[in-house]
Amino acid sequence: MSATTYTGRTRRWPIAFEPPYEGSRIPQRVPTILDVPQELRESDDIFQINFGPNHPSTHGVLRLIVDLNGEEVVGLSAVIGYLHTGFEKTMETKTYWKCVTYPERIDYVGYQNNELVFALAVEKLLELEVPEKATWMRMLLCELNRIHSHLVFLGTSALELGAISMFWYCFREREQILDLFELATGQRMHTRYFQIGGLAEDIPVGFYPECRKFVEWMPHALDDYLALLDRNQIWLERTRGVGSLSAHDAIALGQTGPNLRASGVDWDLRRDQPYLAYEQVDFQVPVYPNGDVYDRYRVRMDEMAESTRIVRQCLDRLERMEGWPWIADDRKVVLPPREELHTSMESLIHHFKIVTEGFRVPEGEVYAAIESPRGESGCYLVSDGGPKPWRVHFRAPSFVALEATATCMHDALVADLIAIVGSLDAVMGDTDR
Amino acid sequence: MSGWEDLPGHVSTREARGETTVTVETGRIRDACLYARDELGFDVCVDVVATDYLGWGGAGVSGYIGTAGGRDIIHPATQGLQSLPELKPKRFSLSYHLLALKHGAPRVRLQCWIDEGEHVPSVVSVWPTCDWHEREQHDLMGVVFDGHPNLSRILMPEDWDGHPLRKDYPIGGEPVRFSDAE
Repeated sequence: MSATTYTGRTRRWPIAFEPPYEGSRIPQRVPTILDVPQELRESDDIFQINFGPNHPSTHGVLRLIVDLNGEEVVGLSAVIGYLHTGFEKTMETKTYWKCVTYPERIDYVGYQNNELVFALAVEKLLELEVPEKATWMRMLLCELNRIHSHLVFLGTSALELGAISMFWYCFREREQILDLFELATGQRMHTRYFQIGGLAEDIPVGFYPECRKFVEWMPHALDDYLALLDRNQIWLERTRGVGSLSAHDAIALGQTGPNLRASGVDWDLRRDQPYLAYEQVDFQVPVYPNGDVYDRYRVRMDEMAESTRIVRQCLDRLERMEGWPWIADDRKVVLPPREELHTSMESLIHHFKIVTEGFRVPEGEVYAAIESPRGESGCYLVSDGGPKPWRVHFRAPSFVALEATATCMHDALVADLIAIVGSLDAVMGDTDR
Repeated sequence: MSGWEDLPGHVSTREARGETTVTVETGRIRDACLYARDELGFDVCVDVVATDYLGWGGAGVSGYIGTAGGRDIIHPATQGLQSLPELKPKRFSLSYHLLALKHGAPRVRLQCWIDEGEHVPSVVSVWPTCDWHEREQHDLMGVVFDGHPNLSRILMPEDWDGHPLRKDYPIGGEPVRFSDAE
């Protein structure tokens, strides 16, 4: 391992980009566009193809304009925006408690995490205290969601490289996680379970034993995946040394999350800027040094094991919280309990006001950031003091991950392109918003 | 963390809700970013975001509005704000969220203010990651970045008219093709 691993408090990255530092592979003219080299530009051998937007291995509607010299990729630029739905604009016209559903649909694979970052931003503006039980349940669901997201990554990436059975194995476990979500929240995806101030409902009876079954099973499933992939010569040859991204380049390109950790940078917001109750759980941050497709896959494999550990610790805590409140007791923000509506006029008024007009959020601007399955997911929120956000902006990790495509694609073959795009794990809904 | 006064073009520093916002002169934002990166150790620019403050505070203060004829009960009391928000110096704010990869994850928001038609120096040469962030803000908010190597639309189609995230951009969708309303 090179000296790129972050070890302590005093560490400076020599990431100067101008003049370019030694060994940077970031394209010089435009950082996100790989230009065809000067000597090849006039050549008749260069063949430009459109890869996507409708292509099974672009993970959605990503379009790559690729210049090929034989089988070698010599030029590349990514075109995004095919899934742009204007979520940020739409949210400006909705009251806060209606907005909660939108972030989930932005990153439709890591939905709990996106929901969380929006809830955290609003709670930060409100300075609202969230009950302990809600915090731990949020953590549990976010970690299950992380496993879910990595399973989708692993299944589809392996599928694209020809390992079809991986897809079925991964989706077998993914199905169990979706069943757990359904049990806890009533929905398999886009659960809208996190409410501003806590959870929408109490955790149902029977969730803990089912979740425990899954936690006991998951390590075995991970062994299965490793047995299927990690000694598979085709998988190893197609991933090792392919699409490498150095630590300096990764930082200069703003990479976060698994992509950054696979490049040898020891950085995880769950540990370095703890939110929820992450400082109270025990977990490791996997770091791999090479920054190639293989390391990105290994980081995610290890993260699934660590997430399983976190889920187990959350369960231990939550099982002792039977009967604790799951949402804050602030009637100006939180809907009153359903049964009170029949007996209390005050509750009825509060319910009516929150549902029709929405609650007001104090004036100000905040930026909340969490470690989503894809890296730093951030929510910038501006409020003018009214019931609707003035401006919402999501810092989408997939958007940033795709900026690294051109850098990773140096000396790649067209077959590697599939592996590289898959390994960056971009969700197009998140990229385009 | 102190020492923000040394930032090139420093205008003011504000602490709110545990976040530091440093306002910087628009023309010197690139120098400020370079200083923050090299001297203060903010390795990563995580986000660039523009906000349109057109009509900010226009909702009026809530409460009963007194008129000559008595209380104005036509305008419901809850429609406005509880207090008028603080006025903003210019129409658009541009926030750069910086992060240092070290213990405690120090963050800062560098902010500059621009009016319609004003240009901002690009920081792509400081952080390559700002390439797409700046293109996005150019596309959706119409901010023009000087010195950006490839300033074009990124999320909207290239021939799109207007900048959708501006407050004066109408909500109401686009014409549906082959419908009677065309």
